[in-house]
Amino acid sequence: MNTKSALLVGVGGQGAILTAKILVNGLMRAGYDVKMSEVHGMSQRGGSVSTQVHWGEKVYSPVIGKGAADLMVAFERMEAVRYADFLKPDGIAVINDYAIPSSTIAAGLVEYPDGCLEAMQSKFKCHSLNAAEIAMELGNSKCMNVVLFGAMTAALNFGDIDWEDVIKETVPEKFLELNLRAYEAGRKAVLG
Amino acid sequence: MKHLMSGNEAIARGAYEAGVKICSAYPGTPSTEIFENLPLYKDSLYCEWAPNEKVATEVAYGASIGGVRSLCAMKHVGLNVAADPVFTAAYNGVTGGFVIVTADDPSMHSSQNEQDNRYYAKAAKIALIEPSDSQECLDFMKYAYEISEKFDMPVLYRTTTRVSHSKSLVEFHERVEHETAPYVRNVRKNVSTPANAYANHRKVEEHMAELQKYSNVCPLNVMELKGSKMGVITASIAYEYAKDAFPEDTSFLKLGLTWPLPMDLIREFASKVEKLYIVEELEPFMETEIKAAGIQCVGKELTGNMYELNPQLLKERIFGQAPETVDVGVQAVSRPPALCPGCPHRGFFYTVSGNKNYVVAGDIGCYTLGAAPPLSAVDSCVCMGGGFSVGMGISKALEITGQTQKKVLGVVGDSTFFHSGMTGAAEIIYNKGSIVPVVLDNSITGMTGHQDNPGSGYTLQGDIAESIKIEDVLKAYGYKNIYIADPWDLKAMKEAVNNALNSPEPSAVISRRPCLLIKRIKHDTGLCVVDRDKCIGCKKCIGVGCPALMMKDGKSSIDPNQCVGCTVCAQVCPVKAISRKEN
Repeated sequence: MNTKSALLVGVGGQGAILTAKILVNGLMRAGYDVKMSEVHGMSQRGGSVSTQVHWGEKVYSPVIGKGAADLMVAFERMEAVRYADFLKPDGIAVINDYAIPSSTIAAGLVEYPDGCLEAMQSKFKCHSLNAAEIAMELGNSKCMNVVLFGAMTAALNFGDIDWEDVIKETVPEKFLELNLRAYEAGRKAVLG
Repeated sequence: MKHLMSGNEAIARGAYEAGVKICSAYPGTPSTEIFENLPLYKDSLYCEWAPNEKVATEVAYGASIGGVRSLCAMKHVGLNVAADPVFTAAYNGVTGGFVIVTADDPSMHSSQNEQDNRYYAKAAKIALIEPSDSQECLDFMKYAYEISEKFDMPVLYRTTTRVSHSKSLVEFHERVEHETAPYVRNVRKNVSTPANAYANHRKVEEHMAELQKYSNVCPLNVMELKGSKMGVITASIAYEYAKDAFPEDTSFLKLGLTWPLPMDLIREFASKVEKLYIVEELEPFMETEIKAAGIQCVGKELTGNMYELNPQLLKERIFGQAPETVDVGVQAVSRPPALCPGCPHRGFFYTVSGNKNYVVAGDIGCYTLGAAPPLSAVDSCVCMGGGFSVGMGISKALEITGQTQKKVLGVVGDSTFFHSGMTGAAEIIYNKGSIVPVVLDNSITGMTGHQDNPGSGYTLQGDIAESIKIEDVLKAYGYKNIYIADPWDLKAMKEAVNNALNSPEPSAVISRRPCLLIKRIKHDTGLCVVDRDKCIGCKKCIGVGCPALMMKDGKSSIDPNQCVGCTVCAQVCPVKAISRKEN
């Protein structure tokens, strides 16, 4: 089979690495060869970050280039636009309809671009949700990443994987109940 | 059972399995997690953070002289700091196996340059081993120690960001203890007097010649023969990219031992294929040698010698197959990293940002971000320790050209102070510098993800340690006045800077407050709020460059999810519209 790849993009500190970890643990269980790539260091301090997951029967490169991602999960809507050219033309995007101004925007040097979500929707098959709001409703803004994870599993068919069980294995016990609810809420936001 | 591991975790595991006993390193992205994972095995080995890479390399090499297998690790620029002992260790050779990990950073995700450290192996005349994924990161460690001991030389073990930070599946094995002979003095081998060095150089050449022969049969260098049309010689992460980019029937010569190059094997492989490609990131390290050996091949004219590669880039550059991409028609604006909300460095940089006569020589760490707008308060950043000594040179140049209205401040962090700031501080006293050294002491090595250092009070293995006081060191050097201020208190910070700059005696400043991300400390955090009725929309608060602050409908606004209540913005507000809410 051909390999598949997911690109998780956002702003340093949003928790994309945990989301990728749950995904990878599930894919491993399903027997896939998996590689995952992340970047540490300076860019984590509020910069733009991307995490990539590449899976299949046999995977070589942990990273993908432009036009190669089957799925994009954008934790922030301007980041979706920034990495749009990494998505295959028939790729799927899950977009958190949530904006974080960059330091240059906050300083009033540039403006946050209008129409990020609409631009993505006009060119790709997209699922958008306000995961930040959903997480707040669930009582903890920190579970936003798992809301997005739920949305992602609803947007792309990963095969027969018991994600709830994978979440149990991946997240700390004391946040388990919250994260399971976050996962469900994310799925519901996509499936309706 | 397979484990999902980063290359760095796998190197730590590999060192454990190879029977390594002594490990020393200084943190640096992308190498840091190797040593963060070593304490998992502290029942079997000793590991430590050293003050800098040179010290780490010397400690590890000393352990080798002492007879045990040893490890040191650093980022690529760290090897510049450590180069001195490496070149002579190559002459003296090893007793216990000695491996130096260098983690290079193509595309400079977290670095000041993208130097290709493979050339160090060639220059120092030592073996070079390059794993391409996490399993190899683990497995190749054992070969590295065998090669080190068999050929009596240090081994340079090179990864790149993508090898170190990518995760893939890894199988474990048991640790095999390395037998140590009782220590015996060996002057001829270990004391590099000119006479001994003279003799050792011949030995180095002989060992390299033997290793060169061995490289042709070394199990790390593998031919994967398929079709005869195209052949690729590659190593490290470029192998993984090339496997995805080249057609199924391409033959590969995958190299794990890349210095010295297995030229017989390369010649044999070249004779089996019609067209030979050399695929490597950054410099034409292999290609130049292969071409010099008279073997026809193509490489850098297609792949380029800058930045990271990936499968799609290779397809485009080698086969002209540009990826199909979609332009969504909206442009994202840049999102550079910034000092965190509440970062103690902000108060210092804000204090010096307004004065056009201040020249601030910066350094490597989170505080390099003081250069970013709106603070824009850093004039230079070169290398670890450069804040003091590059600053010294700037101040001498300004002095000699009569630009005495300019005042120079040299800035280093606490970990950088112990790394190589101390020598610069001595230089300033010794040679009567008119520069004020400033230590931004946040009690941790921040940018690399919170590693302990000689001032933090703890060791890598989690034991309580002597905490060296920066002011005591400076006092001992001869600094007469050391002004210590809390950077969350802008008035005190300004006073400290002014006092130091105006003092006729040698003076220094310490800006002291722990990084808020240190978990073992209870921080005094809270929440600041804007009174929109009072706010006049002057944007003065925006000038502190805090990610929690932005303008909303013409007035200042604070994101409660990000604010930690440091009050730096409140202190700059001319109408007192910002206040800290008490919990």
